[in-house]
Amino acid sequence: MPRIVVDVMPKPEILDPQGKAIAGALPRLGFTGFAEVRQGKRFELTVEGDVTEEILDQARNAAATLLSNPVIEDVTRVEVIEDAQ
Amino acid sequence: MTVETPLIGYSNAEVVDAGLSGIRVGVVTFPGTLDDRDALRAVRIAGGTGVQLWHGDHDLKDVDAVIIPGGFSYGDYLRAGAISRFAPLMEQITAAASGGSLPVLGICNGFQVLTEAHLLPGSMVKNNHLHFLCKDQRLKVENSTTAWTSAYADGSEIVVPLKNQDGQFVADERTLDELEGEGRVVFRYVGGNPNGSRRDIAGITNEHGNVVGLMPHPEHAVEAGFGPDSSASGEVETRGGVDGLGIFTSVLQKLVNK
Repeated sequence: MPRIVVDVMPKPEILDPQGKAIAGALPRLGFTGFAEVRQGKRFELTVEGDVTEEILDQARNAAATLLSNPVIEDVTRVEVIEDAQ
Repeated sequence: MTVETPLIGYSNAEVVDAGLSGIRVGVVTFPGTLDDRDALRAVRIAGGTGVQLWHGDHDLKDVDAVIIPGGFSYGDYLRAGAISRFAPLMEQITAAASGGSLPVLGICNGFQVLTEAHLLPGSMVKNNHLHFLCKDQRLKVENSTTAWTSAYADGSEIVVPLKNQDGQFVADERTLDELEGEGRVVFRYVGGNPNGSRRDIAGITNEHGNVVGLMPHPEHAVEAGFGPDSSASGEVETRGGVDGLGIFTSVLQKLVNK
């Protein structure tokens, strides 16, 4: 069944304390190549049948109203992915 | 759902003003709410009548004011307050409060619910130090004209418990300037910023002054023996701090004088 992927990221100007904590932990494990980490959320909305434009619109609306809070987050992706056969 | 059964025992605290008992203050319970009983208790100690409200109901039971208490409604899943905001009772509350008539107080998780419901601007993110923090916190009351703060003098200080993980108040600079310019910062942290909140903001109000949200917990500082170990005026007996009581007497006095 096709899925709609929604990615939500903290706004660039909002301090991301979780990302900062991860950025602090990485070098302690020897992963020294990364300057910054930001942590977001990924939602997968499974659709029964075909993804129509109407369903995709619903996903966009859900992303803007429930899945993200526009005060602190941006929706960075709403995209259909098909499972490999 | 109408009779409150205290977990420990009936409060021995003296009721502040028995003439206020006709004022009905609803306290909303969501799945995962923790501090609803403390809020009901605070209303009773202040002299009012606490009314339990269930998030799934459509009926505000003719209450004169509403408190959205602290806790972890819906487990804080998605974002704190994000799912609660769409509860049937919240639609009633939003409709009654947005025009300026129904006094609404959001405490901690309740504050988060009010921002998600767009009754108050801004939002809360994780504390800048990432820890759950529980401490007695000193606050400055900067606006004593709201429905919930008239018992205090402008600039007076109170000490009430603060306990949360997502307590960092954030908003864009324009919104922050607007809040400051319109005198809508109601409470500010004093003695150090405990969570990274922008401009030390602990609580705000809407344009009408009927909706107030704050992260610290005044309902935990209303009865000697169960409050913080200090008050703004200095040392008190162990757990003797009752600085939060004025929040609840404020709204009762306002409503009885209406």
